[in-house]
Amino acid sequence: MDNAEHMHLIYVILAAAVATFLTRIGGYVMITQMKRIPPRMEAALNAVPAAVLSTLVAPAFLSGGWDVAAAMLVAMAVGLRLSSLWMLLVGWLAVMAIRHVLI
Amino acid sequence: MTKDDFWQGVRGGFPVMVSASPFGALFGALAVDNGFSVFDAVFMSATVFAGASQMVGIELFGHNVQPWLIVLSIFAVNFRHVLYSASIARHIRHFSGLQKFFAFFLLVDPQYAETEKRAERGEPVTFAWYLGFGLIIYLPWQVTTLLGAIFGQMIGDPKAIGLDVLLPIYFMGLVLGFRKRDNWLPVVAVSSLASVAAMHFVGSPWHVSIGAIAGILLAACLPLSKRHEEPVTLEHEV
Repeated sequence: MDNAEHMHLIYVILAAAVATFLTRIGGYVMITQMKRIPPRMEAALNAVPAAVLSTLVAPAFLSGGWDVAAAMLVAMAVGLRLSSLWMLLVGWLAVMAIRHVLI
Repeated sequence: MTKDDFWQGVRGGFPVMVSASPFGALFGALAVDNGFSVFDAVFMSATVFAGASQMVGIELFGHNVQPWLIVLSIFAVNFRHVLYSASIARHIRHFSGLQKFFAFFLLVDPQYAETEKRAERGEPVTFAWYLGFGLIIYLPWQVTTLLGAIFGQMIGDPKAIGLDVLLPIYFMGLVLGFRKRDNWLPVVAVSSLASVAAMHFVGSPWHVSIGAIAGILLAACLPLSKRHEEPVTLEHEV
């Protein structure tokens, strides 16, 4: 990249940083304009983490291949009892075993 | 104690840092592969600090997509943070303005999840705890990006060393962590199905926002449990 192209990239990254910061402060700015949280909105807010994170899990489960899906199922079984670090370790071992031993 | 809270935060964020490190290194390596310099890669990690969206950003940049579309895509991937900052407002009202600025800058998925869990357990969400948790993720993210960018060529195929499976499993662990909440199973089911359908019919990265909104609307429409009958009051912020 020449100098002009490089400056262009820096501007894109800065714009992306501002856009990201706006998402991180936007909900706070909106909600503090309201004096009280209606109960249905609180129920909705309580559902936010599970709802958002599910959208990062489900497509990966379906489109990652059968080896990824199998490793995720094993990790989920582990996650019902143990911490997420164990989930990562067992899930990683499962996918490595499938890829390097079974196939 | 402020100092104790800080180190409690550092200890809490440590496993997150460990699981995020491969992705920091992977981002650095892929960024260099897509035409970034080592400086650009670290600059993006330091200013954007949102892993999934950084991956999307370098992918689009590598394909010479128009700048406005790159920024819009990063905005869309990160749109869930609007919901986080709305939800977290209840717990960080007591932070000063500058503290809130840093708190929102550091608001990544696990930071949000742990803040919610801490508040749910009735433990105080102090700025010292929040900062400790955030910095043990933020600073190593820069270091691993740098190392990944420098040694990028050595990573080779991330699938061969099983890196691709870590991120979905980590997010799945976070989902399981919220399974005691009201309507957890219907919300997870609806968001999962909606995100898969949106991925198919609309495309990435919009499946994240569409799937999330489907589950959240469902939670707002389902019958309320008893503890939601009394509306919670929130002091008006200046």
